[in-house]
Amino acid sequence: MTSVTTAHSVVEPSATTRRFAGSLVVLYAVITMIPLVWIMLTAFKSPDDAISYPPKVMFKPSLEGFCNLFTTRSRQTPEFIRSLGPPQGLCDSIARERNMVVAGPSNYVPRFVNSLIIAFGSTVLAVALGTLSAYGFSRFRVPLKDDLLFFILSTRMMPPIAVAIPIYLMYRTIGLSDTRLGMILLYTSVNVSLAVWLLKGFIDEIPREYEEAAMIDGYTRFQAFVKVVLPQATTGIAATAIFCLIFAWNEYAFAVLLTSGNAQTAPPFIPIIIGEGGQDWPAVAAGTTLFLVPIVVFTVLLRKHLLRGITFGAVRK
Amino acid sequence: MAQIKVEALDKSFGTFHAVKSASFTVEDGQFLCLLGPSGCGKTTTLRMIAGLELPTAGTIRLDGEDVTMNRASARDIAFVFQLFALYPHMNVRRNIGFPLKCEGISAAERDRRVVEAARILRISHLLDRSVSGLAGGDRQRVALGRAIVRKPKCFLMDEPLGALDTEMREAMIHELRALHDRLGATTVYVTHDQLEAMAMADRIAVMNNGVVEQVASPRDIYDRPASLFVADFIGSPPMNFLPFRGELQTGAEAIRLGERDVAIPAAREALAESELVLGVRPEHVRFTDRGMVRGEVYGTEYLGTTQVVTVKTHYGALKARSSSSKSFQTGETVGLDFRPDTLSIFDKASGRAIRTALHERGAHG
Repeated sequence: MTSVTTAHSVVEPSATTRRFAGSLVVLYAVITMIPLVWIMLTAFKSPDDAISYPPKVMFKPSLEGFCNLFTTRSRQTPEFIRSLGPPQGLCDSIARERNMVVAGPSNYVPRFVNSLIIAFGSTVLAVALGTLSAYGFSRFRVPLKDDLLFFILSTRMMPPIAVAIPIYLMYRTIGLSDTRLGMILLYTSVNVSLAVWLLKGFIDEIPREYEEAAMIDGYTRFQAFVKVVLPQATTGIAATAIFCLIFAWNEYAFAVLLTSGNAQTAPPFIPIIIGEGGQDWPAVAAGTTLFLVPIVVFTVLLRKHLLRGITFGAVRK
Repeated sequence: MAQIKVEALDKSFGTFHAVKSASFTVEDGQFLCLLGPSGCGKTTTLRMIAGLELPTAGTIRLDGEDVTMNRASARDIAFVFQLFALYPHMNVRRNIGFPLKCEGISAAERDRRVVEAARILRISHLLDRSVSGLAGGDRQRVALGRAIVRKPKCFLMDEPLGALDTEMREAMIHELRALHDRLGATTVYVTHDQLEAMAMADRIAVMNNGVVEQVASPRDIYDRPASLFVADFIGSPPMNFLPFRGELQTGAEAIRLGERDVAIPAAREALAESELVLGVRPEHVRFTDRGMVRGEVYGTEYLGTTQVVTVKTHYGALKARSSSSKSFQTGETVGLDFRPDTLSIFDKASGRAIRTALHERGAHG
């Protein structure tokens, strides 16, 4: 036997190509990370460092931004502050250096909780409705199926904000303005079309023999759906959930318009954190940094499902 | 185990009439193959027996009980899919045990029966493996395991060997038949492969365009085809057809083919003059110089012990099977003769076989 040896494979990229492609990816990653890194750095700057020109890359880290994010403060005379006794915790001592005392908690935590409830609530609802309707569209003869699917898709053909005024008036009339339920329903209705379309693709890929086998084995269609279809659709459900969550979490325009005191989410709250003499940039940056955390955690938790093609190889096509 | 009785089953999908008044009975313990080209309605028929499709009309009886409109889970049958339909998120053990879980059988009993099924199918060593790593034949065994573990009334199989390679398929044909004999289970098996059907079935139902053309033993299907379609579909190479025009009296023992008389099995019905077709299996064509049909050798296919000789004649190309020891030259003129007692006659318009003495001899022997 003689074997033919070639210097490089025809299908495998060469080492040079790979290095070049690798550096491009790294470069792109660095460029896109810069704003994110800048926000995180700003979160640890003092207000003076945050607005200094030229911008400071090296600075003395401070927790003032986080303190200002979570508290409200009032300015007092030095005599009054001296009469108060020792500072109450770290934030109080930072505030006293600026002749202020901590007056109470800020609204950041309630706004953050609103964001969590509204974003996760609407995601769960959109994915649940989306999975059921996608399964229905995928498996049953639905009258006017194509028209219905097009109708569902058509709700995404204009920016949602185009209907902001009618929705505002409608919500005011039926009492959903500034309620968490109203925001959950709104984000669900925006996301459900995406969920139906994404999930229909994933469910179409699951051979119907699986449910048929389960139904012959004695299960009802619903049991077959839960025990056989859902476990195999986890990849699609995870991907869809992340898309829905990112939209609902970041949504700004409707939140500004429809929420104020009660159901306001974090996005409209963060940019209007006012400090002494204008915008409190370190506090804004700190709020933004913390705001990133849930999405990152959620994505990392679902990463396994996103990457794993669990049906791989189980069915021959 | 059970008898399956299908009566005048009809199924339409919109304007497409998939199954037209199909009737047949599978006796307790019998192995029936539904055989036909793709799109002939065989899978639809099987899915109706399973309860995966509801018929437009007709009845299905399992052991005399009308189950036509029962849901699949209420019929106590097992179904083996062409694509196996093994659940990828479960290992082999859980796949096989899945049907038992639904019946609420205890974990210990479930495990005992899974192990038993695995032993029968010789896949005990695979029980804790993931199904995605298995080879085609092993996947098929797991799918069979899921079917037999429940001890159902009958097995329905939809081209279960279709996804296997040829070698594996050969082995599985014998395994399936042995498994059937061992379990004595009533089985309906759908295939488009006549070799599979011939090798495994007790009885074959040949379907075409939604119609059951013939239900009979493999031997009857081959020797006494009930229609032109069956004669053409079964056998490789298929039956030769010689069209002619003529009339038939009851008891007639010859027909007029061109200038010559051809002996046939005695006719059992009378027919006014009409377009008819004489059917001859290639192995019933003999080469003789005094042959009633003459033609010129067009080509030969060498098949080892036999060869198939194609002869161009007045009636079109005829294929003859002969011993491979004879040698034929392309272009050589030969005479052909037919073995009289094996000939079939069909009515060209309806495709129906004319009743002759052929149908009386050894219908079951």
